Amino acid sequence: MPRVAVVCVRGPLRKLAGGRAEQELGGSTVYELLRALELRHPELGGWILDERGLVRRHINVYVNGERGSEETAVRSADRVEVLPAITGG
Amino acid sequence: MTELVVGTKKGLFLLEGDPASGFEIKTRAFAGQPVDFATRDPRSGRLLAAVTSPFFGPKIFFTDGDGDGEWEQAGGVELPEGGDQALERIWVIAPGAADGALYAGGDPGVLFESHDGGTGWQINAGLWEQPSRPQWQPGGGGLCVHSICTWPGDPDRLAVAVSAAGIWLTEDGGRSWRRGNGGLNPRYLPEEALKDENAGRCVHHVERAPMRPERLFMQFHGGVYRSDDAGESWTDIGGGGLPSDFGFPLMVDPGDPDSAYVIPLVADTDRVMPGGRVRVYETRDAGASWAERGEGLPAEHAYLTVLRQAFSRAGSGEQLELFFGATSGDLFVSGDAGATWTTAATRLPPVYSVVAV
Repeated sequence: MPRVAVVCVRGPLRKLAGGRAEQELGGSTVYELLRALELRHPELGGWILDERGLVRRHINVYVNGERGSEETAVRSADRVEVLPAITGG
Repeated sequence: MTELVVGTKKGLFLLEGDPASGFEIKTRAFAGQPVDFATRDPRSGRLLAAVTSPFFGPKIFFTDGDGDGEWEQAGGVELPEGGDQALERIWVIAPGAADGALYAGGDPGVLFESHDGGTGWQINAGLWEQPSRPQWQPGGGGLCVHSICTWPGDPDRLAVAVSAAGIWLTEDGGRSWRRGNGGLNPRYLPEEALKDENAGRCVHHVERAPMRPERLFMQFHGGVYRSDDAGESWTDIGGGGLPSDFGFPLMVDPGDPDSAYVIPLVADTDRVMPGGRVRVYETRDAGASWAERGEGLPAEHAYLTVLRQAFSRAGSGEQLELFFGATSGDLFVSGDAGATWTTAATRLPPVYSVVAV
């Protein structure tokens, strides 16, 4: 039974996600959630996950404030934030 | 009036003007983002831009407007899902010989084709599935398809250059490909390695002479070459007056198949203008001799670098206009086939590509 988590995006990703900063999606891992997000908003295809199914190098994913990866397990009501990495300096 | 479509490290710039009266920046788009290549398809008027966001990966965008408004993302600019590679960058976009056809070359050694003016794209399976691909070696800029030479009037014939997998030729519209590296001498390889056809052939740029399409000119990683047999074999023409046979940009005069232009750099270990003098070198005899052209260009302490896509042209013959941009952000123009030059813009972001329309 997939868990329903809240996925948060911002900036250009929010625009491609129909202007919604947050939405509930089903999935057991970060990867499944991001695929579900792409299914709902095909314009996001290739923007977060690359062709290998990996989160792009300069995008970070946090699950309840903890840095996660594609395989990170997600539980119901978890909050998954997708953020462009802060680089430079 | 000439339009210059200029891709830079920090956005796309559109300039309008002419070499005699100067150029003015009309539009800046994709502010802050690397625009690796941009062009306007002269047949449709559509602007296309290859943008590689450091966050969201490489994309092609297009607009049928003036560039100030909304751009749409082109579909299909991606590698097959589930493989072990991701698209790194789009290096070039070129109109094809057939109506509505466009090609785009990218890293890792990938060619895309569009048959609807650039809205939707498909990977060229013939090149992607080359059996030798696992042995292909990347150049310093990656494993990039950077030169796409169409054949005027014949959509089936195409030559593409891959750094550093050499020249690839097709005569069936891209269904099958074969190598065209005869005569190339990679001086950076030991002699014994030359027998290995997969050893790196680091082609930097190739242009076809439209009036004599079996003729191509090539800037190699050490060497300037000419082919008179549609890219099957190559003759070194890098002597005869060049200060260096290393460089990236190359342009041809579409009205004269004996004319070509290069912008040499010192060497692979020192990629700036020789002697700090900004100079273009011209041949009018198919490479037998080269003459310096540069009146009006910076003549001292100008250690500029011009990248492979940052040299373009408009017109032909006596009315040939030439344009090039440098990573310094300077943009130079000539309205008399390279004899005299003026500065069209300064202090742009580092220039990645220039296309004159």
